[in-house]
Amino acid sequence: MTTTSSPVFRLLERELHILRRLWHGIVFSAFVQPVLYLVAMGVGIGTYVDQNSTAALGGLTYVQFVAPGLLAATAFQLGVGDSLWPVMSGTKWDMRYHAMVASPIGPGQVLAAHLGWQAVRTTIATVAFLLVATPLGAIESPWAVLALPAAILLVVATASLVAAFSTSVEDASSFPLVMRIGVLPLFLFSGTFFPISQLPAFLQVLARLSPLYHGVELCRAATSGHASSFGAVVVHVLALLAFTAVGTILGMRSFAKRLTP
Amino acid sequence: MIEAKGLTKRFDDFVAVDGIDFEVATGETFGFLGPNGAGKSSTMRMIAATSPRSGGDLTVLGMDPAVSGSAIRARLGVVPQDDNLDTELSVMDNLMIYGRYFGLPRSELRVRAAELLEFFQLTERRDDKVDPLSGGMKRRLAVARGLINEPALFLLDEPTTGLDPQARHLLWERLFRLKRDGVTIVLTTHYMDEAEQLCDRLVIMDGGKIVAEGSPRELIRRHSTAEVVELRYLDPDEHQRSFERVDGAGDRVERLTDRIVVYTADGDATLATLQNRGVDVTSAYVRRSGLEDVFLTLTGRSLQD
Repeated sequence: MTTTSSPVFRLLERELHILRRLWHGIVFSAFVQPVLYLVAMGVGIGTYVDQNSTAALGGLTYVQFVAPGLLAATAFQLGVGDSLWPVMSGTKWDMRYHAMVASPIGPGQVLAAHLGWQAVRTTIATVAFLLVATPLGAIESPWAVLALPAAILLVVATASLVAAFSTSVEDASSFPLVMRIGVLPLFLFSGTFFPISQLPAFLQVLARLSPLYHGVELCRAATSGHASSFGAVVVHVLALLAFTAVGTILGMRSFAKRLTP
Repeated sequence: MIEAKGLTKRFDDFVAVDGIDFEVATGETFGFLGPNGAGKSSTMRMIAATSPRSGGDLTVLGMDPAVSGSAIRARLGVVPQDDNLDTELSVMDNLMIYGRYFGLPRSELRVRAAELLEFFQLTERRDDKVDPLSGGMKRRLAVARGLINEPALFLLDEPTTGLDPQARHLLWERLFRLKRDGVTIVLTTHYMDEAEQLCDRLVIMDGGKIVAEGSPRELIRRHSTAEVVELRYLDPDEHQRSFERVDGAGDRVERLTDRIVVYTADGDATLATLQNRGVDVTSAYVRRSGLEDVFLTLTGRSLQD
């Protein structure tokens, strides 16, 4: 047998093949979504916020504050959305994962390719976001390029945890609930739109358990060029790595159990 | 090609495959015949190195699936019971992308995919998506995809279940050509005619165990009679009356809910005997014995229940 590339890359070829047909739409929405959000929240709401003291925002204008939050939230939602129904489909509906593991490819590599693809999609979304946000005055520092690895780390952590969940449940009936009582509160209360210091103390603790919070803080440190401390950055990175480790271990187990029973 | 000894598959407390022994030789077409839930698909998944065995020994292509799963799968073709074609890809791309999973170079795949589409009469649909294809075409594409890596061993799980007679015959004809070309084929089926048409040798499974093994002809000779007389009645009382009178008319009698089956060496002679005894034979028919009768004899049940 001729092996021309690693199994994970062979699976990514499938995704790229499909993307080649759909790329207009994907790239278009990658640019349009940040424009809509940044204009509405950053510029629209921001005008009122900036009339008051922005001390709580660490001296940033509101658009500078909210842009990295939206950037991280985009990666987070991508990771969640792609790891619920599409993963369930791979194991149960169109069963494309079962076809993959009948070839030399194994279940762990199917998971790795899923996470790898989330990284690719997040890269497209992040680059588009930064290109839109910069002329709107939302990006303060060239350190903003580090928002890309931060967003990738966030999406991999999120996608691994959610994909592990999607392959552990028997059907998709719980997914709308996951979106409503899991994803939506995290989206709103992870320091995305306002600092978590505005939350009651116990909610601040909960927010720290959200991968999105750590992703938001890293993206904000990058786009503003200011971190509260070097130690804080290290903690956020370690937190996301810990989420990734847990998600990957659980995911490897549940993918293997589901695909090679 | 395959050697299994005491092969067992357990799911929690449920024993799906209960210590079976079998061997498949190179170039042979081997079948697993049995009703739903007999353990055929579980056995196939263990052979395909996509399901770890719970006990016993298994060697596929000279390797142990628990150790060399990926190397075994590289040389297998698999057609699963439920179509898992890639609905986001065209017919042609289903073959190309799947071939890439095996790491085969694109130039080689293009040639091979075109040949397979031709062989399975799908060339006209090469650029269509999968969803609008008929059931027979989808199955043919799944079979074509299973051959993209020129497998040494071809596994088909219920290849014609759910197909109309015409689509089945077309697929059988293609499988027969593969068999003639020397491809080793292992298939499962609950269709007797499929097993009789295609298999050189088969095992009959029931409740996770192998209950008989041999060529279709051997099995029929060993476990059934040359001919069979079937009697059908609409009226349950008539069914009962006839049943009471058929005893001893043939070698053996099976009473099913919808018919009475009399096993005999000579169907016409038995029919005459029955007529003499006053049995209503207007709806009777005489046929040659088949694997269905072997299954009935061995398990006391009909296969298609």
